[in-house]
Amino acid sequence: MIEPNRQGDVWVFAEHEDGNLSEVSLELCGKARELADRLGVSTAAVLPGRDLDGVTKPLISHGADKVYRVQDPRLEHYRTLPYARVMCRLIDKHKPQIVLYGATPLGRDLAPRVASEMRAGLTADCTDLDIGDYEDKGAGTKHSNLLLQIRPAFGGNIIATIVNHDRWPQMATVREGVMFLGEGDDKRTGEIVNETIVFEDVDEIVRVIERHREPRTVNLKGARAIVAGGAGVGSKDDFGLIHDLAGAIGGAVGASRAAVDAGLVGKEHQVGQTGTTVRPALYIACGISGAVQHRAGMEESAKIIAVNSDPEAPILSVAHYGIVGDLRTVIPMMIKSIKERA
Amino acid sequence: MPYNCVVCVKQVPDTANVTVEAMKSDGTVNRAALPAVFNPEDLNALEAALRVRDTHGGTVTVVSMGPLGAAEVLRECLFRGADRCILLNDRRAAGSDTLATSYILSRAVKKLGACDFVFCGRQAIDGDTAQVGPQLAEKLGLPQVTYYERILDLTDRKVLIRRNMGDGWEVVETELPLLVTVLDTANKPRPPAARRVLRHKRAKAPGEVAREVQDAMPDATSQEREVEEASRIEKLKMQGLLIEQWGLDEVEADLAWCGISGSPTKVHRIQSIVLTKEGFTNVPPTQEGVRDLIHELIVDHTFG
Ligand SMILES: Cc1cc2nc3c(=O)[nH]c(=O)nc-3n(C[C@H](O)[C@H](O)[C@H](O)COP(=O)(O)OP(=O)(O)OC[C@H]3O[C@@H](n4cnc5c(N)ncnc54)[C@H](O)[C@@H]3O)c2cc1C
Repeated sequence: MIEPNRQGDVWVFAEHEDGNLSEVSLELCGKARELADRLGVSTAAVLPGRDLDGVTKPLISHGADKVYRVQDPRLEHYRTLPYARVMCRLIDKHKPQIVLYGATPLGRDLAPRVASEMRAGLTADCTDLDIGDYEDKGAGTKHSNLLLQIRPAFGGNIIATIVNHDRWPQMATVREGVMFLGEGDDKRTGEIVNETIVFEDVDEIVRVIERHREPRTVNLKGARAIVAGGAGVGSKDDFGLIHDLAGAIGGAVGASRAAVDAGLVGKEHQVGQTGTTVRPALYIACGISGAVQHRAGMEESAKIIAVNSDPEAPILSVAHYGIVGDLRTVIPMMIKSIKERA
Repeated sequence: MPYNCVVCVKQVPDTANVTVEAMKSDGTVNRAALPAVFNPEDLNALEAALRVRDTHGGTVTVVSMGPLGAAEVLRECLFRGADRCILLNDRRAAGSDTLATSYILSRAVKKLGACDFVFCGRQAIDGDTAQVGPQLAEKLGLPQVTYYERILDLTDRKVLIRRNMGDGWEVVETELPLLVTVLDTANKPRPPAARRVLRHKRAKAPGEVAREVQDAMPDATSQEREVEEASRIEKLKMQGLLIEQWGLDEVEADLAWCGISGSPTKVHRIQSIVLTKEGFTNVPPTQEGVRDLIHELIVDHTFG
């Protein structure tokens, strides 16, 4: 742990694999920029790896003022121990006030290891971050300009705001897709700082023998429009309507968990707390009741249309347009209207 | 060669049915107001450990930190084949965040002595943080293999493990001792064995015995009760039915790292989910209504 350091920077752990930066790292560079501006400090990305030339610049164009690069053959593929050592040594050295990680499988493996070694606080899976004040009523102390770490808890039934006022850095993993991914500004300049870390033999104790990545077959996060079906669709045959509508508007197919559980569509289509978080320009929810766990993954969508036979369905209260009716008749009407226009 | 396995399990509130009434004003959870269940992925962790023991020999010891009621999940472990169970129970541990929890668990695992494997479920459904496993590994100075799916080979001190990261998988090779966090896809937990249920349903932690004696002897002096407790506990021990109960002193925990004061993260605010309703248009389910809507979306470039 480090002492609270109000001059400390806002850091992002830059995750990349096979030469590709993860989108969440770029989303976080943008968010870090915003937080740092409010605190009057700089931003930095930490980039460990073997070959870093292709992945450095985008971090700067998305908001990093500095990129701490650690190039080492041992860092070619992610492994917990050498990466944790990189993070801990650099935190010790530069004393950032905030460190953000994507809540990816990798980030959720790394961040707790680092937090434990640093004896610092860590909040998992945040869906929002803010700067604000905190009064510790028990101790009678006030702390201003802390990182407010906002996350759903209890299966999505509540939203908790977590702070860490004394054992810094303030660290959080952040869900993919919840922060805005900007275009990036190629003209932004930043400083590249090459760092050297001394590794130890124990860092090598876990060896990767074989690795296999499955390309994302369903690109929900990148879709401008998503048509999602729920349990109300009823059957696999009728789920064809969802595909048809998605095809007509050039969108991706999403689903509620109940639809996935009922075998109407694959798990990779699931939107929500235990699926993908999306924020497309248009989200059409058909036969989805709108449980909090589903809404958690889609309510940031710019426009939401809900098609539901139940006028009381909770999805209607987050929708901008509601069509109360049977999706089996409404969806064909929608497809027809779109085709007429095309 | 036989392996000694430690499994960390947690009793959790069933998060499928949570109401705001179940929250206390300080933002912590009033667990008493919710049905308590065995954290699902911890059952997979237990199963993984039992399979190692059943194949190679050794022991399975289960540790759970929680209130007295958590003895229930430990009994469940006995029903399924665990050799020894320890309840970590101490008022001063209340309010621990993941860092303090992993510290306390690490003290208990250290007290157990040399072990080869520590198995944790990937995450608990009350917090979904997935932090305690990696933090415990760090506190114990062990390497971690998260998202464990299965052991491909285990020979002497060398182990080959397949892990599943959701968007791909990996085979890693490493040496024992080791901590793994187990996914729900790793295995199908065995059901309780009828014979073991019969034998272990009377297993109890000392704290439960104390409550039982309190109820059975309401008019006795505290001294009489203590004598009765001691004799019942001794009997359970002889029968191999005692769930051991350790407090922070027994595991020699530094109180500065336990409970609320040992937890860097503080709950600032809790909100229940509120629905917002603004700018809502009710579209009639007719061809005209739908056509107007599509027209509007094309005009404002939402699509088309
Ligand atoms: C820890 C946890 C995590 C979860 N994570 C997720 C998650 O990530 N994503 C997710 O989606 N869910 C998740 N869930 C499940 C969630 O609570 C709901 O059970 C689920 O979202 C319900 O799916 P649904 O809306 O499709 O089904 P239902 O709730 O059954 O709703 C079906 C809807 O279809 C409507 N309908 C029926 N027939 C028709 C028709 N002919 N035409 C039009 N409408 C019709 C009904 O009025 C109803 O509103 C999670 C739950 C838990 C406990």
